[in-house]
Amino acid sequence: MQKQVADARAALEGLRSGMTLMLGGFGLCGIPENCITALAESDINALTCISNNAGVDDFGLGLLLHSRQIRKMIASYVGENAEFERQMLDGSLEVDLIPQGSLAERCRAGGAGIPAFFTPAGYGTEVGEGKEVRSFDGKPHILEHALTADFALVKAWRGDTDGNLIYKGTARNFNPVMAMAGRITVAEVEELVPAGTLDPNMIHTPGVFVQRIFQGSRYEKRIEQRTTRPHAR
Amino acid sequence: MRNALNNVQPAPMLDKTGIARRISQELEDGWYVNLGIGIPTLVANFVPQGIEVTFQSENGILGMGPFPFEGEEDADLINAGKQTITALPGASIFDSATSFAMIRGQHVQLTVLGAMEVSDTGDIANWKIPGKLVKGMGGAMDLVASAENIIVAMMHTNRAGESKLLSQCSLPLTGVNCVKKIVTNLAVLEVTPDAGFRLLERAPGVRVADIQAATAGRLIIPDHVPEMQLG
Repeated sequence: MQKQVADARAALEGLRSGMTLMLGGFGLCGIPENCITALAESDINALTCISNNAGVDDFGLGLLLHSRQIRKMIASYVGENAEFERQMLDGSLEVDLIPQGSLAERCRAGGAGIPAFFTPAGYGTEVGEGKEVRSFDGKPHILEHALTADFALVKAWRGDTDGNLIYKGTARNFNPVMAMAGRITVAEVEELVPAGTLDPNMIHTPGVFVQRIFQGSRYEKRIEQRTTRPHAR
Repeated sequence: MRNALNNVQPAPMLDKTGIARRISQELEDGWYVNLGIGIPTLVANFVPQGIEVTFQSENGILGMGPFPFEGEEDADLINAGKQTITALPGASIFDSATSFAMIRGQHVQLTVLGAMEVSDTGDIANWKIPGKLVKGMGGAMDLVASAENIIVAMMHTNRAGESKLLSQCSLPLTGVNCVKKIVTNLAVLEVTPDAGFRLLERAPGVRVADIQAATAGRLIIPDHVPEMQLG
């Protein structure tokens, strides 16, 4: 089966309005830039987007917010985005905030065939309201359900034509768990190599989780908080 | 309390760096530690000599090092505050589910984080103010629900001068019955299981009466309350 496609447009074939997407990344680190740009250039809308963050005003998921293509956002932290605030306040954007660890585990569970799990995170807070509570070893936990998506859009550093992926640095973040949870997982990579050329010991995401792969272009990799120390003299 | 002369001297309380220095004395050799944004981040600057700790950032790194030198920033290497960082020799990088497995599974020995309010039963509120825009809890709820040791680093009162140590939090909670210790600009306090802030230490120059006046929750005052030794 041919997994390699030419570009983001081809990779998003079949993605329609109203669908649920997962998008990898933490802040602007490790986000699927090419897929987001292709979505922003399309007339697809009313999307439910599951992503740890919502980008900034003019980059990342902020681009899709600006063009009002997102109906619902499922995330753990959505600061740094004025357009997001406007749409949340005027009621046009629905927002579901989830503890970061529960978000990651709900994606992992979705990909791993585990429909739900108990976690202590959020017990006794508004996150736990209406959820089943059970105590284990005397400690209360709440039931959280798995998440899956019609499309998972992930970004890796290197990948091969069989869909095996290697991430670089902390750009890994949510990408591996989201890759597992997409009915169709699209991987965009900085460098695409022929199957058989990557060391099997070094693979982070096995190709079984990836349906389509392409080599992206013009990666901006914007830095949100550039922090440095002075050179020693 | 102050005479005219004292008005030109620094107020008898710790600044944010002082709070971080005091918390650094809590570190134990071999610990894995997660530091939140703000004052907690400063703790990394004061690790005592002879002690090795490994810093975890919940976006997916163990062995986080200092900020990179100018010109050496890597967009693919950031911390949970989205700041550019470096990885120390021996560091490891992993996905977000593995990162929170470390936290939830109590493989990380200490979490230090800031708070808007703490109750005398160990509840903490630090993510949401009703009527103000909600940005989200990030990893705070997972961290406070699971960490064995949670130290809160914060000022004793808010900008309006109101106590942040209460009998009950008024803001939406981040977690319940979880805070073990609090280090403020005025004091070190421990949350006792039967409800109450036990006063352990005073900041240099701070009187017990000052701490009493700034604490709204139940305060347990031992006969002797030593002054912090910041070395």
